[in-house]
Amino acid sequence: MTLTPAELTSAVSGGIGTSPQRPDGNLKVRGEFAYSSDLWHEDMIWGATLRSPHPYARITSVDLTEALKVPGVYAVLTHSDVPGRNLYGLEHKDQPVLAVDVVRYQGEPVALVGADHPETALRAMKKIVVTYDVLEPVVDMETAADDTPLHPGGNLVRHVPIRRGSQDVEAEVVVTGRYEVGMQDQAFLGPESGLAVPATDGSVDLYVATQWLHVDRDQIAAALGLPQEQVRLTLSGVGGAFGGREDLSMQVHACLLALHTGKPVKMVYNREESFYGHVHRHPAVLYYEHGADHTGKLVYVRTKMYLDGGAYASSTPAVVANAATLGVGPYEVDNITIDAYGLYTNNPPCGAMRGFGAVQAGFAYESQMDKLAEALGMSPVDVRVRNAMTEGSVMPTGQVVDSAAPVAQLLKLVQDKPLPAGTSSDIRELPGGVSNTTHGEGVVRGVGYAVGIKNICFSEGYDDYSTARVRVSMVNGSLTAAVHTAACEVGQGLVTIMQQIVRTELGIERVTVLPMDTTIGNGGSTSASRQTYVTGGAVKAACAIVRDRLAGRTDIGDEVIDETTEWRHRATEALDPVTGQGNAHVQYGFAAHRAVVDVDVDLGLVRVVSLDCAQDVGKALNPQAVIGQIQGGSAQGLGLAVMEEIQTSGGKVRNPSFTDYLIPTVLDMPPMSIDVLELADPHAPYGIRGVGEPPTISSTPAIVAAIRAATGLALTRVPVRPEHLTGT
Amino acid sequence: MRVNVTVNSEQRQADDVWEGESLLFVLRERLGLPGSKNACEQGECGSCTVYLDNVPVCACLVAAGQVQDREVRTVEGLADGDTLDPVQEAFVEAGAVQCGFCTPGLVVQAHDLLDRVPNPSDPEIREALAGNLCRCTGYEKILDAVRLAASRR
Repeated sequence: MTLTPAELTSAVSGGIGTSPQRPDGNLKVRGEFAYSSDLWHEDMIWGATLRSPHPYARITSVDLTEALKVPGVYAVLTHSDVPGRNLYGLEHKDQPVLAVDVVRYQGEPVALVGADHPETALRAMKKIVVTYDVLEPVVDMETAADDTPLHPGGNLVRHVPIRRGSQDVEAEVVVTGRYEVGMQDQAFLGPESGLAVPATDGSVDLYVATQWLHVDRDQIAAALGLPQEQVRLTLSGVGGAFGGREDLSMQVHACLLALHTGKPVKMVYNREESFYGHVHRHPAVLYYEHGADHTGKLVYVRTKMYLDGGAYASSTPAVVANAATLGVGPYEVDNITIDAYGLYTNNPPCGAMRGFGAVQAGFAYESQMDKLAEALGMSPVDVRVRNAMTEGSVMPTGQVVDSAAPVAQLLKLVQDKPLPAGTSSDIRELPGGVSNTTHGEGVVRGVGYAVGIKNICFSEGYDDYSTARVRVSMVNGSLTAAVHTAACEVGQGLVTIMQQIVRTELGIERVTVLPMDTTIGNGGSTSASRQTYVTGGAVKAACAIVRDRLAGRTDIGDEVIDETTEWRHRATEALDPVTGQGNAHVQYGFAAHRAVVDVDVDLGLVRVVSLDCAQDVGKALNPQAVIGQIQGGSAQGLGLAVMEEIQTSGGKVRNPSFTDYLIPTVLDMPPMSIDVLELADPHAPYGIRGVGEPPTISSTPAIVAAIRAATGLALTRVPVRPEHLTGT
Repeated sequence: MRVNVTVNSEQRQADDVWEGESLLFVLRERLGLPGSKNACEQGECGSCTVYLDNVPVCACLVAAGQVQDREVRTVEGLADGDTLDPVQEAFVEAGAVQCGFCTPGLVVQAHDLLDRVPNPSDPEIREALAGNLCRCTGYEKILDAVRLAASRR
């Protein structure tokens, strides 16, 4: 019997557009899913990392003698034990595997211990004697460029200028502002961890939680001085990522200890170490000037933005480019002057976090739009709709937006939703909750709106592709498929999406997802909201080849059809270094929020009463997972609005724990009403538009706008703290 | 030291336990039960929630020696063979599981809630789960899961 592809597709359930259960769901609810911190190996030892207590210091001596005498210690390593290149980094190779003669941030790794028990390793670390000559840290991003150079090329990591239209045009109504964004943490729950297993031939296997297996492998191999094929990575269970696993943490360290001792080495950070062990969201200072005519039409936007990259570059160059190119938001503006700067300081290194660059700019430009509305006597929604970009609009880079950009529609959707009932009399629904701090007295309500824009996939000419392998064979008389990639499942549900695509493309219901590892080609990074787009595209392309070979057969006997292919999205261009012009991005995603808040003005406590959202996703391959991304992304935006900040003083982190770094709980997160638009992007597989990041961008400014509306306060900094509301 | 403890209805023994180890470490590293998770190890996140003599506790805050001759039930002990507990089933169905690192703790905590309050209101669910952090879901689908499980028990 032979069937056409369309007939096959209609014959199976669980294809695209439906919400089948995750293939790893049962294991996860049973507690049997193997996360990177759950791994165990016969005869394994534990690795630990000695870190710098100073944000900036010269290392004058390191004495390992006493540490090596601790019973149960197998190895104590320093930079001199790194056989290959001691520098790594995503874009600039500027970060030492282990510090040599200088430390540039508090928490920088200095030495490693391998021991028979975590406690033994801790005790040995206390016996390592490092003497430091403490230096004055550079901590102010606005003056860092002219301060003590922390790296050979100075402290400016990247400057992205954008010049478009007139640079000196004037406007009837002008609003200016200075805005600050605090340092947010990804706060994924699964700590940095993994297991390195040495092989007798000098090679190593690493089981690890990461966002990009191949770039990890390349950096590890370079540091170990090994050919890439002698470093094999397999993805373990990943307990969330959100950008914080794009950079290396314990990967090289565990491999070094394993190769040095000949024993399997497990490393698991605790929560405090995790705060030092990964990059954070760039704090930012942003100066904006918006000019408009009396109808509210924007005439110009001028901005200067500073993004604090901390001690090492990580993905700062891309963050700066996003902040610049998305710096006016989803609005049509003809005359634009943008200068975005990424700086080195001695603050904690900052890099990727959900929405990077766009989040910082989004808080500032949306705050400005509210200020403009107030100056014009217009409503916040009307001033946004008046300037809303549409398909065909031109970006600050000159790039024409060539698929749906339903900005006005998204705003109207959230505006038209019913408002929640008035302030509750149930204390559980008031600011402060069961702390019983108010029964309604001193509580005021406000409503705020915001909309945001995010680039999807990698930009600026990067060759962004993924590799997928699809194998089909007969099992128990039925066609069965297996799909294999190196694209990292970090919780978002890529494993489900890949199954759905194979079912739809091949009409085969039974689809196994093979472990993600480096035995197959690069899957690209699980970031920039790109995996459904790019790895989804690769799986779809591999299926097309397999489908041709199947030629409609439903019985292939002993034949095994096994095809691997690469798939890349359309090319992008570099930005002009002087004018910032260029078709730099692949796709744009949009989301809008309306927030309603109750504020206890006496105590400065905020309760977000509702947080409604509308987002265009092009095509919802898995509607349940799409909603999950919007809810989760909005929650992280809520966190940045009212609670989340790594607080530093003189470069030192003051709150490296979940006691002092607060993330939203189930009591903080309100119900959400969500509208999902499916306006297909003709350039993308199935018309999809990346989903993960856009909701994180507009959530924060909508909540702050609602607090402003409730209190009348200017509120130019996030997170908004109680003292900002009480003035105490 | 040696610790004797009943875990998921089985008598278990752990040897060479250092006195500073937590119940969480003993479960994960000595008894082969890594389902209870190590997200904060300081009692803030709830991901290591287990029953200790039928009361939910953070296993990271219980010293190993404190469980001598007591009864522990972990997330691995909730399903009946291949049959998931209704709470587990509802978490998968409702989309309450993304990365899943918070899931074991939330499943145990929700299981306890529904044992005590078969049909909880939303504010009751929120209060009961307030000590369990989740970073992926924004909690709405976790609420959906608890409501679904309540409707089935």
